[in-house]
Amino acid sequence: MSEATLTETPAAGDRPADDRPADDHHADDHGGHPVSSTGLSNNKLAMWLFLGSECLLFGGLISTYMLYRGRHTGTPGPAQLWDIPLTSVSSFVLLMSSLTMVLAVSAAQQRDDRLTVIWLSVTALLGSTFVGAQVYEFTSFYHEGVGFTTSLFSSSFFTLTGFHGIHVTVGIIMLMSLVGIVSRSKVPGDKAEVVELIGLYWHFVDIIWIVIFTLVYLIPA
Amino acid sequence: MTTTDHVEHNEHVAAHEGGHKPNSFYVKVAAALAFVTAIEVALYYLDLGKAYLPILMVLMVIKFLTVVSLFMHLRFDNKIFSWLFYSGLLLAVFVYLGALMTFRFFDGS
Repeated sequence: MSEATLTETPAAGDRPADDRPADDHHADDHGGHPVSSTGLSNNKLAMWLFLGSECLLFGGLISTYMLYRGRHTGTPGPAQLWDIPLTSVSSFVLLMSSLTMVLAVSAAQQRDDRLTVIWLSVTALLGSTFVGAQVYEFTSFYHEGVGFTTSLFSSSFFTLTGFHGIHVTVGIIMLMSLVGIVSRSKVPGDKAEVVELIGLYWHFVDIIWIVIFTLVYLIPA
Repeated sequence: MTTTDHVEHNEHVAAHEGGHKPNSFYVKVAAALAFVTAIEVALYYLDLGKAYLPILMVLMVIKFLTVVSLFMHLRFDNKIFSWLFYSGLLLAVFVYLGALMTFRFFDGS
């Protein structure tokens, strides 16, 4: 690597347009976010890498639940606890939040701030409904005598679904923050890309629930 | 800009835009996903015997891949993103299979 590449160069915006390297012109063509030597956005690359690693986290949690779901001697198990109609409705709600999220990304790419804010808010609202249903479910299990330490089944169930619930909650916080930032037009870099990155996280939360809903709720222990 | 440069530029822009479709397309995909979910729940209440589990798994995989490919635009995006995500996913599946086999082989029986 040459010495010139190791020394810090001024920000692209600080230099005259004619002095900028070809890649910087390229970045301007794409809404201002920097394009790496691979031709891809580093932010997007990092998000996909993060989501790939999240697969491992949930893979481990789902494995643990599948191994321990039958370990609840003398205490209520899945067959006595599950409320399939409630879980089905909350699954539907989360699925529809993926639709509203993709509509928000679409609006952001068309530079329609008003629609972007509306769809992001609706997504956050649907996510909150899902979390509310999960809190209700956890509370009803507790009233039926199933707590976190009641059995191996309950520990693995609460850990898995709790971790997912935390992910949804973090997603809601990110969505609401994004609503505030977009409303004030203070999005750093490419606005459409920022919305798309949050969207990728939100869709990931949805696909994890698709797996949990089938493996945990619909398959009898 | 030469014709080749122009084509490459357009491909790059298309990759950046992620092959976004009209909103009506996403609404149709969401409706299909909701329909598949309804089938899954209906199957839960029906007695299909041994066919239940494979059908359920197939429906789950269809829903999963539909969201990843179309909503997350992995189908239209750069292949590097697909490699990153699916390698993590495959590793997770191997972790599950490994754990399951370990418990099967070393459960004391």
